[in-house]
Amino acid sequence: MAFEGLADRLQSTMKKITGKGKVSEQDVKDMTREVRLALLEADVNFKVVKDLVKRIKERAVGQEVMESLTPGQQVIKVVREELTELMGGEQSTVAVADNPPTVIMMVGLQGAGKTTTGGKLANYLRKKHNRSPLLAAADVYRPAAVDQLETVGEQLDIPVFSKGTNADPVAIAREAVEQAKAEHNDYVIIDTAGRLHVDEDLMAELEQIKAAVTPDETFLVVDSMTGQDAVNVAESFNDQLAVSGVVLTKLDGDTRGGAALSIRAVTDTPIKFAGMGEKLDQLEAFQPEGMASRILGMGDVLSLIEKA
Amino acid sequence: EKTRNSFSSKINDLVARYRKVDEDFFEELEEVLITADVGINTVMELVEELKMEVKRQNIKDTREMKDVISEKLVEIYYGDDDETVEKLNLQEDGLSIVLVVGVNGAGKTTSIGKLAYQLKQEGKHVLLAAGDTFRAGAIEQLDAWGEKTGVDVIKQREGSDPAAVIFDGIKAARSREADVLICDTAGRLQNKVNLMNELAKVKRVIEREVPDAPHDVLLTLDATTGQNALSQAKTFSEATDVSGIILTKLDGTAKGGIVLAIRNELNIPVKFAGLGEKVDDLQAFDAHAFVYGLFADLLEDETE
Ligand SMILES: Nc1nc2c(ncn2[C@@H]2O[C@H](COP(=O)(O)OP(=O)(O)OP(=O)(O)O)[C@@H](O)[C@H]2O)c(=O)[nH]1
Ligand SMILES: Nc1nc2c(ncn2[C@@H]2O[C@H](COP(=O)(O)OP(=O)(O)OP(=O)(O)O)[C@@H](O)[C@H]2O)c(=O)[nH]1
Ligand SMILES: [Mg+2]
Ligand SMILES: [Mg+2]
Repeated sequence: MAFEGLADRLQSTMKKITGKGKVSEQDVKDMTREVRLALLEADVNFKVVKDLVKRIKERAVGQEVMESLTPGQQVIKVVREELTELMGGEQSTVAVADNPPTVIMMVGLQGAGKTTTGGKLANYLRKKHNRSPLLAAADVYRPAAVDQLETVGEQLDIPVFSKGTNADPVAIAREAVEQAKAEHNDYVIIDTAGRLHVDEDLMAELEQIKAAVTPDETFLVVDSMTGQDAVNVAESFNDQLAVSGVVLTKLDGDTRGGAALSIRAVTDTPIKFAGMGEKLDQLEAFQPEGMASRILGMGDVLSLIEKA
Repeated sequence: EKTRNSFSSKINDLVARYRKVDEDFFEELEEVLITADVGINTVMELVEELKMEVKRQNIKDTREMKDVISEKLVEIYYGDDDETVEKLNLQEDGLSIVLVVGVNGAGKTTSIGKLAYQLKQEGKHVLLAAGDTFRAGAIEQLDAWGEKTGVDVIKQREGSDPAAVIFDGIKAARSREADVLICDTAGRLQNKVNLMNELAKVKRVIEREVPDAPHDVLLTLDATTGQNALSQAKTFSEATDVSGIILTKLDGTAKGGIVLAIRNELNIPVKFAGLGEKVDDLQAFDAHAFVYGLFADLLEDETE
């Protein structure tokens, strides 16, 4: 089941070239074909792959690769550079409002990890930045969503603002911010219900919450196992809510995580954090370079580049 | 509801839009299938076979393609098996036990609620066991579904041993003479060896207590998932011998095409499709309708 990494994929093409000692246009074509397949197998979106492969091909036809003694390795190097570039630099920062509280809104599809990540963020802000966050339970739809956030709050000993399930999410968000002001909480993290990006009513609700509390950060939470649909999801949420950062969850799994590339490519907002487990301290700064290697099949790639 | 459209009429539409069976047609087909998460190898094989078929039958007009495409796709799914709609494996008499497994957030608990509702509608006496003792609020969530559907939930405190909860569930199901016991489990990623062992233990308890049980082990798969779903199906099967899949969140824009490869490579059928968050948003899986759903985008693109 383990997918072949890019390096494995390029092995046979490389052997062929080594035999001849010269790179032809056909060889470049063969190699870029393997790049395309490797990226698609890692769940990078089809259109994103198309653009990437075009750029990689342009560079590969240049001297860099054609005249290299190790063309296969050079291709990998070019691919990795392009991927890292697309992924952007490391940016695990969280906004600080001039007038506290800083408001953070968590949004995303059902089951992506919003509630858990909200708890993790609160924990992170308290631990790393010595802040006193307030969690707000604005998911009134999913059965026991409020209980879940309250339990998370208890586990962390961080306060949770809730009005049960018969209240309006917009009112909950607004009142949570008021309470934070009164109680001197410097962050409010609003947990919202999971929703489909094509659900007009529920997307409009998020817009209303946003208008009511003007969040300093709107974090889109995305499951790293997401396939080709990641672009549609990220694009819709970003178009309607102007997402300020992405959190990629469940990266403790064995997924290649090509969705990361897709999301970066379509939203042009940084992936800030990585969810690395179910426990509330398992949140890490997102590492763009590590992610590029992961998408390409990890270790084997690094060792080959070192030889290049 | 998109997987419910009339399959043949839509394929008719699709092929009518292209007049010639040429490279463009195949390229578009390839794109559409990859976008549906069908998986690159499966797509390549399929397109190769289709090209051969076109040569063999000397097909020039796309209208003649409709049967060929649909046959091939359905063939990937069913292989040599009969084209039957897979149902829950319930016992005529006595207790049936259904174990529900899957990665975090896939839709296990929700699907259990929907399934309980469906079975109750059919007149069955259903009981639920709250085997997720780990995730915050998981027991309350299953409880809420029990209330919503009028089905009792057997539970212990958060943090207790899941196997013990399931054991309790079986005891209760027996003494109350329930027809079906559905067991919820905590979400877990398939590369977590300890958690997979824990799941295998839960299954062993069921096997020990009731001969021939569990009668179904349902893997819940989020249709939004890409190629990782294949690894999920493989590893969960190794641990618990999965007998069927619940494909959730098909009401979104993701197509869940990876189940073609899962059926093809691991011979695990999809039994149910999740199409929303309400009690009645669970349907029997219709492979023909599903296969059409994989093409819907191509149709829409062409009408733009
Ligand atoms: N392994 C792992 N599990 C995670 C991670 N983040 C969240 N989860 C799990 O994923 C499941 C869903 O997480 P939630 O936080 O409930 O997701 P949500 O987006 O709030 O879900 P809804 O409110 O139902 O839309 C839970 O079982 C979490 O424990 C992660 O980084 N790694
Ligand atoms: N749109 C849609 N949402 C669904 C569907 N099935 C489940 N959900 C939602 O997905 C989210 C996760 O569902 P759960 O039932 O909690 O998933 P789970 O697998 O039990 O999650 P964990 O126990 O945390 O691993 C919830 O918000 C559900 O309402 C579906 O078919 N369509
Ligand atoms: Mg939630
Ligand atoms: Mg659950």
